[in-house]
Amino acid sequence: MIKNLKNVFDHGKAFIAFITAGDPDLESTKEFILTMEKAGADLIEIGIPFSDPIAEGPVIQEADIRALSSGTTTDRIFDMVLELREKTDMPLVFMGYLNPVFHYGYEKFFARCGKAGISGIIIPDLPYEEKGECLGIARSHGVEVISMIAPTSEERIRTIASEAEGFLYVVSSLGVTGVRSEIKTDLASILETIRKATDVPAAVGFGINTPDQAKKIAALSDGVIVGSAIVRIIAERGREAGPYIAEYVASMKDAIKDL
Amino acid sequence: MSNENGRFGEFGGQYIPETLMNELISLEKNYNYYKNDPEFLSELDSLMKGYAGRPSLLYYAEKMTRDLGGAKIYLKREDLNHTGAHKINNCLGQVLLAKKMGKTRVIAETGAGQHGVATATVAALLGLECEIFMGEVDCERQRLNVYRMELLGARVHPVTTGTRVLKDAVNECMREWVSRVDDTLYVLGSVMGPHPFPTMVRDFQSVISREARVQILEREGKLPDAVLACVGGGSNAMGMFYNFIGDEKVKLIGCEAAGKGIDTKEHAATISRGSLGVFHGMKSLFCQNEYGQIDEVYSISAGLDYPGIGPEHAYLHSIGRASYVPVTDEEAVEAFEYLARTEGIICAIESAHAVAHAMKLAPSMSPDQIMIICLSGRGDKDVAAIARYRGVDIHD
Repeated sequence: MIKNLKNVFDHGKAFIAFITAGDPDLESTKEFILTMEKAGADLIEIGIPFSDPIAEGPVIQEADIRALSSGTTTDRIFDMVLELREKTDMPLVFMGYLNPVFHYGYEKFFARCGKAGISGIIIPDLPYEEKGECLGIARSHGVEVISMIAPTSEERIRTIASEAEGFLYVVSSLGVTGVRSEIKTDLASILETIRKATDVPAAVGFGINTPDQAKKIAALSDGVIVGSAIVRIIAERGREAGPYIAEYVASMKDAIKDL
Repeated sequence: MSNENGRFGEFGGQYIPETLMNELISLEKNYNYYKNDPEFLSELDSLMKGYAGRPSLLYYAEKMTRDLGGAKIYLKREDLNHTGAHKINNCLGQVLLAKKMGKTRVIAETGAGQHGVATATVAALLGLECEIFMGEVDCERQRLNVYRMELLGARVHPVTTGTRVLKDAVNECMREWVSRVDDTLYVLGSVMGPHPFPTMVRDFQSVISREARVQILEREGKLPDAVLACVGGGSNAMGMFYNFIGDEKVKLIGCEAAGKGIDTKEHAATISRGSLGVFHGMKSLFCQNEYGQIDEVYSISAGLDYPGIGPEHAYLHSIGRASYVPVTDEEAVEAFEYLARTEGIICAIESAHAVAHAMKLAPSMSPDQIMIICLSGRGDKDVAAIARYRGVDIHD
């Protein structure tokens, strides 16, 4: 039985790992996902590459370019996930910009997600006001649309949180994705507001890089999301990145596991 | 035309990261307040008249009319505005609004450089910090404009990501805006992006048709039969169409960049070849592949080299109120040369797309019919590129 998002936060703080599908190729992506599961990742966010990822910093932008030039398409990503399902029942979500999903057709896209055991989707350019666009269709196939909360959300936090499903993706800082040396946002007060509005778990992403940062942020939240730091290892090591990713993920999971 | 959520039919909307949502809501509130504020309107009006040089001329192109032997042709001379294009109309509006909102810094994307120059100009005048994002390829194509913006005190960032043209400059502006939203307004240059930009930019540009309507009624005692404008994102066209939309007998024709032809891969003809999508904050028509990846587009004109079109144009097209035609590089260059030779006017290569279609259309119309072409900008910036297109080795 494929695990869903409820299982992710069951045993302590969650470590959520992001990887761009098809970087450097889909065979490697499949291998890296299994590696990360073994190393302790509780959930994998599989990035659907997009030609113009406006919320991403240079590290993930370049991964998207590598993935698209290696011939990655939405169809091939679904095929890869189906193959992956022969080997793991771990929870998986997609992260992708709206246009590739919209253009694929919401019905067809979410039906395939349902069949492949994709439990949720994060769409950075689909804010609260527009989520009606695909929420109903996603739900009908058992896919949860993950809402995001930003440092600028203020009074919107309550509205977004009260309708949230799966988990909440709290954006740690202003700006795009990427490694940051310091996170200055008052996450404690954002998370406090969220807790008052919902029981849905809240994980924090954007800029988290070191075990020390992960520990601090996991202490405040239900989990941490790490993307650019992993993608950077792939950028440097290519197909040979597996052991390095394993080591990194294990060190991050280790930092948060006793909280 | 738009409803409360910034929709034009199914087009428009606010498909943008959560980080920007409160800022867009605040922008909309402020815009709705100031657009009815007599003080704001009178300041804007005096800048339009006293600084930009409005109203722009409605010029009767008599030689062109005689030569083409059909409709009577008028040119709405936005090229005569300060900074040489219609872009100043929108920049005066938005930068003044930014100042009223207490912003101290504006950022903007630019393709040909015209919107960047206009933003830098108004920022200099009103005392705001200004940073411009311009694709590296466009910086190379329009080096003079880069220097011009720097003269005006702006910082120009060449954009080296993606295809290094206009769409990538928009991406980079959005990334910059999410990084620093407190003191900064993104002065979007066209009738595109998330609500309220398509409505706000259209309102600031609608001065073009407000004037043209009065001017043509004074000159001819009747409305034109056709109104033509070039379309990239579509701001000069939206400005030129807007006050004629209710006049059903006035044909509205947008001329989009067909580059090397719409049957090749090198074009930017969104209406002819695009499909429904969601990008840069809006639902509209885009040139994209079967998986929704945005296409690399091409046009000789940096200002039309954009894979999408403003949502109100997509709407006007969908209800059949406006029609859109493709015009190739070659046709545009011929029109550029024709207008220079015939009327002594060197227009922007963008505007030449509209002139090119007028040259096809006018002879099929009768002498008692009237057309107005929006001459969105002047062509000084294009002279070197056109010379190179014709095989003359000139560099600016």
